[in-house]
Amino acid sequence: MMTSPSPALGSRNPDGASLHEANACWALLFAAWLVATTATLGALFLSEVMGVAPCVLCWYQRVFMFPLVFVLACGLFPLDRRVLRYATPLVAAGWLVALFHLLLTLGYIPERMTPCTQGIPCSRIDVEWFGFLTLPMLSLLSFSAIGLALGAFHRKAPP
Amino acid sequence: MKKNTVFIVALVLIAILFAGGAQLYRSQQAQEAVAAAARNKESLVRFHSPSLGRAEARVHIVEFLDPACETCAAFYPLVKQMMAAHREDIRLTVRYAPFHQGSDEVVKALEASRKQGRYWQALEALLSSQADWVQHHQAKAGLAWPQLARAGLDIERLKIDMQSPDIARAIAQDVADARTLNVTKTPEYFVNGRPLPSFGFEQLRTLVDEELATTSRAKAG
Repeated sequence: MMTSPSPALGSRNPDGASLHEANACWALLFAAWLVATTATLGALFLSEVMGVAPCVLCWYQRVFMFPLVFVLACGLFPLDRRVLRYATPLVAAGWLVALFHLLLTLGYIPERMTPCTQGIPCSRIDVEWFGFLTLPMLSLLSFSAIGLALGAFHRKAPP
Repeated sequence: MKKNTVFIVALVLIAILFAGGAQLYRSQQAQEAVAAAARNKESLVRFHSPSLGRAEARVHIVEFLDPACETCAAFYPLVKQMMAAHREDIRLTVRYAPFHQGSDEVVKALEASRKQGRYWQALEALLSSQADWVQHHQAKAGLAWPQLARAGLDIERLKIDMQSPDIARAIAQDVADARTLNVTKTPEYFVNGRPLPSFGFEQLRTLVDEELATTSRAKAG
């Protein structure tokens, strides 16, 4: 089904080079989808299986991460560069919340400036792997990776 | 490989990883709970804990509950039915894990009702009228007074009795024991010291039936 580039990307110059480009773009988008899906299921594993309650800032990051799984998957079949338009705002907003959360856990932003009211302080670090890898850090890394993949897609297939 | 095959294979792999991980984690947790309960037998029942049923009953259910917890209210009549079916053989002990906001006040009132000899009436009245005094997951002791009065309690006396330091100590002990036994959700049941392998009323019934079967065999042998 996807052996030829989709009309959205390859129809203007249906030659070998554009086929190659389309494949590279597909791979980038697929990688972004993999990151989003892993992050989503990882978050669900922590909250639903391990019972770590998400704080308010975690919820906002989830709000922006979870839909990416579906939005990016829709952009894969058929490959559609307009997915960048729809995914970028989610990635940007999620990235900013993750950055805010990370700065909060590192102590650069005082807790009283944060919107946590539901009993789980966002500055508390519930999970720490290898001595440094915290959840807001993983979240920021995931949003960054998705953003970079989408940026590379944009450069490979300018509008 | 075709792109859609790649996508589906990735999706299936991730799903298997998630489900397998969840299974593994849950079975490890269940094993740990069994070990924790076996290690901390003295934390299971304290001298002050209210109990229902014959002291020498073969099956002893210890329930950690929060009167403001919806699932506790839903399970309570089921447990009572089970006890009615094995009147001689099941004993129930109530411990508190007041996880809801404001719940500790209600638990204090509940404990104070023992001084008026109407503990089980008070517990049943609170659980059956829970929607009236729990709002947005917050327990409001003030809204529970009418329900307790209807259960035949002298509210003025209850309000004085519930300030007793003995009650505060008993509740603190229950909360500490809940922590020792890894009780993080309510209701949590221990049947003859064994925790539920996973949460659910069927699991509780199975555990009770198993204990009834093994203890009757032990008696026969």
